[in-house]
Parts: sequence; C-alpha cells; structure tokens
Amino acid sequence: MEASPEYAVQMHGILKTFGQFTALDHVDLDVRKQTIHAILGENGAGKTTLMNVLYGLYQADEGDIFMGGQKVSITSPTDAIGMGIGMVHQHFMLVENFTVTENIILGDEVCGSAGILDMGRARQKVMELVDEYGFDVDPDAKIQDITVGMQQRVEILKALYRGAEVLILDEPTAVLTPQEIDKLIEIMHDLIAKGKTIIIITHKLKEIMQSADECSIIRRGVYMGTVDVKHSSETELASKMVGRNVNLTVEKTPAHPGETVLQIRDLTVKDERGIEQVRGLNLDIRSGEIVGIAGIDGNGQQELVDAITNIVRAESGTITINGEQIQNTSPRTTFVKKVATIPSDRHRWGLVLPFSVTENTVLERHADDEFGAGITLDYDTMREYTTQLIKDFDIRPSGCEDERMSGLSGGNQQKAIIARMVTSSPNLLIAFQPTRGLDVGAIEFVHKTLIAERDRGAAILLISFELDEVMDVSDTIAVIYHGQITGTFAQGTVDENQLGLLMAGGEMR
Amino acid sequence: MFANLILFLGITLMYSTPLVFGALGGVISERSGVTNIGIEGMMVVGAIAAAAGSYFTGNPWIGFLVAGACGALVALLHAVASVSFAADQTVSGVAINMLAPGMAIFACKRLFDGAAMSPIAPKLPKILGENGLAGTPFASLNVNVTTVLALLFTAIMWFVLYKTKWGLRVRAVGEHPAAADTLGIDVYKVRYVCVLLSGMLAGFGGASMTIGIISQFTQTAISGHGFIAMAAVIFGKWTPFGAYGACLLFGFTQALVIMLGGGDFVVPSQILSMLPYAMTIIVLILFVGRSVAPKADGVPYVKGSR
Repeated sequence: MEASPEYAVQMHGILKTFGQFTALDHVDLDVRKQTIHAILGENGAGKTTLMNVLYGLYQADEGDIFMGGQKVSITSPTDAIGMGIGMVHQHFMLVENFTVTENIILGDEVCGSAGILDMGRARQKVMELVDEYGFDVDPDAKIQDITVGMQQRVEILKALYRGAEVLILDEPTAVLTPQEIDKLIEIMHDLIAKGKTIIIITHKLKEIMQSADECSIIRRGVYMGTVDVKHSSETELASKMVGRNVNLTVEKTPAHPGETVLQIRDLTVKDERGIEQVRGLNLDIRSGEIVGIAGIDGNGQQELVDAITNIVRAESGTITINGEQIQNTSPRTTFVKKVATIPSDRHRWGLVLPFSVTENTVLERHADDEFGAGITLDYDTMREYTTQLIKDFDIRPSGCEDERMSGLSGGNQQKAIIARMVTSSPNLLIAFQPTRGLDVGAIEFVHKTLIAERDRGAAILLISFELDEVMDVSDTIAVIYHGQITGTFAQGTVDENQLGLLMAGGEMR
Repeated sequence: MFANLILFLGITLMYSTPLVFGALGGVISERSGVTNIGIEGMMVVGAIAAAAGSYFTGNPWIGFLVAGACGALVALLHAVASVSFAADQTVSGVAINMLAPGMAIFACKRLFDGAAMSPIAPKLPKILGENGLAGTPFASLNVNVTTVLALLFTAIMWFVLYKTKWGLRVRAVGEHPAAADTLGIDVYKVRYVCVLLSGMLAGFGGASMTIGIISQFTQTAISGHGFIAMAAVIFGKWTPFGAYGACLLFGFTQALVIMLGGGDFVVPSQILSMLPYAMTIIVLILFVGRSVAPKADGVPYVKGSR
C-alpha cells in the first residue's frame, strides 16, 4: 500500500529480531485517521513489539514508518512524543506516591524560572484537559488512592497533555470491570470524535467487535491481513488469529453435585502487612461442581487460596475438606487430603523453570516409593511416567522429557502443571487464573479439562479475573468483594452487569 | 548546669556534621534508586583527601573541595558498576568499603613518608572566628563552618527534591524508572548524577571530620560514620530534613559519650563508646521494617525489561 495522508500511521515491512528469534517478520500496518484500529494476536505474536517499535522503545531492523504520508524516523520515546504518538502501557507507567498532576507533567514540567516547579499553573493545565475531555479525575489525588479505571484515564491524560494525536492502548481492558470497560469504550469514541486516532492492542474478541473500526491480525510475527470489523465475526477473527477453527463456547452438561467437599466458615486471613484481606468468608463447594469466584484482583483471592493450601495462616475460621478441618496445618497436609492447585503465577509457584520437564512433573511426588528407593531417585521410572503425561496431555514439543521447563511455551507449561495436578485425582481442584496469558487454543484445553475433572467427581474452585471465563465455565458463580462473598448465583441466573456492580462493591437492586 | 547544656548542644552539632553530609549523600543516591552502602568508604577517602589537600596547599577550603572531588571519583566506580553494568549494588558498595581504607592508608603513607597519620593540617574556620564568644558560656556554640554548611546543604537538597523539575525527575526515577524512561527522562543520566553527588557529599563528610573537628587524618577518623549515616537515611525516611534530624540524634549520643566519659562516671568509657553504635542498631530494629524506601531503591534499571 502506498503512503498516503489519509493514514495517521503506516508501518511497512517491519522486521525485528532478538538474536535468533524473529519477533516481527515484515509486518504491515495501515491505520486510517480518526478510526479505532485493533491489533489482534495471541500472546507472544508480536503485537506489543510492533507498538514498541512505533513508540521508539525498540528500533526495527528493517522497514519504514509513515505518519500522514510522510516518512518519519523514531528512535526514542521522546521522538514519538514529539510526533504526537502517546502510549498507554499494559502495566501502567505511573509513580504511585505522586499526585495525578505530578504524573502528568513529569518530563514536561510547568516551570517558573530556573527549573522551579509552578504547581499552580500545572494543576490548571491539567484541569483544562480534564474538563475538555470530561474525565472524572481529581488532579490532587495520589495514584495509590484512586481506582484502576481512573489510573488509566490519567495515563490517557498524560498522552493528551503531550499533544498526542495517535493513542496506543496496550491491553487496556485487562484490569477493568465491565462498567469501566463500557466507560473506556465511550471515552475512545469521544476521542475519535475530537480528531484523535486510536490503536488498541488486545486478544479479546468481544471488545474488538464492540469498539474497533478495523482490525489487523498478527500470528507469530507475521501479518495476516486487516479486516473490516463491521463485516466480520468473532469466530472469523479467532480462526485468523490462531490459524485453525476454534470453539469459543464452553460445552458442558448440567452438573450433578454430590457431597460437600470444601466448606469454609468465617475465614479471616491477613496479608504480610497485617491487613485483613479475607474478612469472615463463607463458601461451600460440592463434588461434581465448579464454583467460580468473580472479582477484581486484590479482593482477597490470593489470600483465600494461600489459606486453603496452608501457605499462610488463617487468623480465624475453619476450612474443612470432606469433614476434616485443615486450617493452619501444612501444605503437605493439604496435598495429602488431595487438594490440587493450579497457581495463578506458574513461574513463581507452579514450576522450577531451570529443571527439566521430568523433574517438574514429579515435584510433589518425588518422595513416593514409585520414583525411587531410599534416598535415591529412579530417573528411568520418572521419565517413563513423564512420557505418558506428555502423550496424554499433548504437551509440545513431544519428546521434551529432558528439556528445561523454561524452553516450553506458556500454554505447554500450563499443560504440564495441569497434567501433574489432574493425575493425582484430586478431591478439590483449585484453578487460580488457569488461563492467564494463554492463547485461545490453550484456553479451550484448560476449560475442557476442568469440566472433565468435574464430571469425574472433583470439586472445582475456579478463581479468575476474567469475568467471561467465570460465567462460561462455572456451575455456581460467587462474587468476592473486600474479602467476602457478596453474592452467589447459579449459572445463567445473573448477567455481567449485575456481577460487575457487585465486583465494584455496589448493591444488587 | 546551663553552661553544660550549651556545651552538650555544641558537641552534638559538632559530631552530627560529618553524619549529615554522609546521610545527605545517602538520600540523594537512594532517592534516584541506587543503594549506596559505600558511603563509609567515600567518607574515608574524603577524610584523607581533605587533610592532604589542606596540608599541601595551606588552604583548608581547597582541601574541602578536593575531598568532594575524590569522593565523587570513588562514587564513579559505584555508578559504573551499578548503573551501567546493573551489578548488585550491595556488593559494589561493600567492595568500595573494603577498598577505600586501604587506598587511604596507602595514600597517607606515600604522601607523608610512611606515616599512618597525616601531619596537622589547617582547619576550616569557626563561624565567629577562632576566639568568638570565648569566655562566655556560649563558646561551644561557635561551631565550625561545616556545621552551617551541612544545614544549608540540607535545605538546598530539600528545595531541589521537592520544588524543582530535577527533583521531581529524581524521585520518579527512584520510584518507577520505566515510567520516567517512557516520558523521555534519561534514567541512567539521572542516576549517574545522583551517585556522583552522593560521593561528593560523602567526601565533604569525611572532610568535615578531618579538617573540621580534628585537624589531621588518622585511621580511626572515620569509623562507622558512613554506616550510621545510612541508618539516619532510613530513620529519616529518605528525606533531607528527616535525615538531618536523625543525625542530630546520633550526634547527641556521641556527645553523651564525651560528657559522661569526662566525669567520674561509673560506667567504663569502653562501654560508653558503644553508645552511638548501639543506638544505630536499636533505631534500625525499630524503624527498618516500617519506613518505606523508594520503590526502585537498589534495583538496577535495564531498558526494555519489566
């Protein structure tokens, strides 16, 4: 495509390699002025790398960038800012103990003479922007005291303050409640109406359908084409992204719950700072049932899981597995009672990355007689056992028994954890953010496995910050807010607006 | 009694001065996100440099400036290791602390015919002249000029950190370097400048001991003052005036040692001498867990990593 003034940004033939690895293989991107352009791809497809090239954080090995038809050279964020490009990163780039105003002016401060800050005038400039765009932001509040949604608006203000005409939003909805997502989409349309252009990086199909005009798809560093969103569908986008047909709906039969497996009564747990994160929580899960916990990160989910698995002490209350109290015993006790956990951060808690796949699959069970006698380990048996798991769970590449776990992709690492957990036939399976960072194909596998475990008779505790996942997979949905369960619903009896309200601490009307 | 109280105050101010310089050095470095354990070593180098500079030129002010320059030079090592090469900042600081006393003694022996201490060097003046207030009960308040400089530097650092754009950038780099980077602030440059300033201030601290309080370099002139200064940084919550106040407290314990040691006090002087150090440990135990360090303190910044 020719460079043309109709386009706010054009990137042609962008090649970027990191050592042996080609992150972007001659990727093209053409973004029309005053449109919302989505970039869709699986994790690690190269979406963020492409945007980091545009923002000057990385330099492309080959390729040209045009803005408004003119060829430009961008070698640093300062260049990008100067050309009217603003980026809102997935992990916010905000100084927590600074005020909103201080964060916005940082690097482009409002000064009187000799570098002395003029905070009065700075505040006024920020207020003007806030009023112009109708953002609900207090310029004097500290970042640590405002909601995530507001922090995101501060990030957008930061870009606007620097005169951004093109805004890049990297996974902007990952941390928002449904209501905040609606508000963000509203803001995006408003910005377009005021003449801005928006590029949004995401792997969420629903949001693309709701907000974007066009969508460019990248698969493993290769540009797969651009589609007009109005004339496309979620299924089409998904198959283009993954390269095969994907089943987006979770298929399952009705649950047949049995006896209560997990019973939690009046549980209170403090975090390492001594602040109560779980505050008198009650929860029951029966065998053959998936209970999904919906909630925003930081409402006690981590502490709840840590208390059940005995990683932290419970201040008060009881946790019962099949009628036996297990609170404040040891992680080993939890394991012996057949509680298996898929941890939220597989690198931190799930795996020893420098160990081989074989060593990782027998982590919990290495002391069993099956895998060795006395103080020695029987590597041959361990490897045979692992070979079987690799086959059963389709862990790729096949024959990776002796490879380091760190060499596997995120999806295959997660499969290895799930294989390890499921083979112990747990009574209770805790799945904490089980699809975090996984692509559509791997997500499908995880959900199928959870449902298969349920049908085998396990009780499943699913905790996720993805509301869609909780709503699709769970038989019962419980909302956690401020360390308490604030509502419990059977699947299909509640919609996402009602849940979103509860997740944000509101009351059900 | 009144005269004793004034004397107490005078000694407190005198002994807190080297600590204040060291602590200010710690504040500026850590606010930019670089832990500087090497303050002690930089003070030792400043101490010998000041004595030698003052002795050879006959001008103590030149000695003072030489001390700052030498302190900054040692800090350059720390900056190269910990900022450019993202080395472990504790290890780099410890290395400087082991290197510096050796360097100081070596320099001393080379410069002064193998003597382990320098000859008497000209001292910096007192604020009201050598005999100001002499004969009055306020004589001990005629403090060395370095004491006033220390307070002045504290005020300047406060102003720069909180009222100027450079201060805003330093604090941002110490809290969230990636954020500063994306806004076009050169994280490495900010950290280099702050670490060099840190070394310069520590050098001044060493000078205010050897040509402010005593008038020569000895091996024990700086003995743990840098570490006490670091404790003052934490106790003072990484703010210039907080650190200043903490240094006064440590200076006070030092004064206590001198006042009590002078009389017929029942406690042996050796035990008394432990007081400042014991105080440091107590303060650290009570405050280390509670005060909040700059978020990126001690974390090397590597572009492109999260």
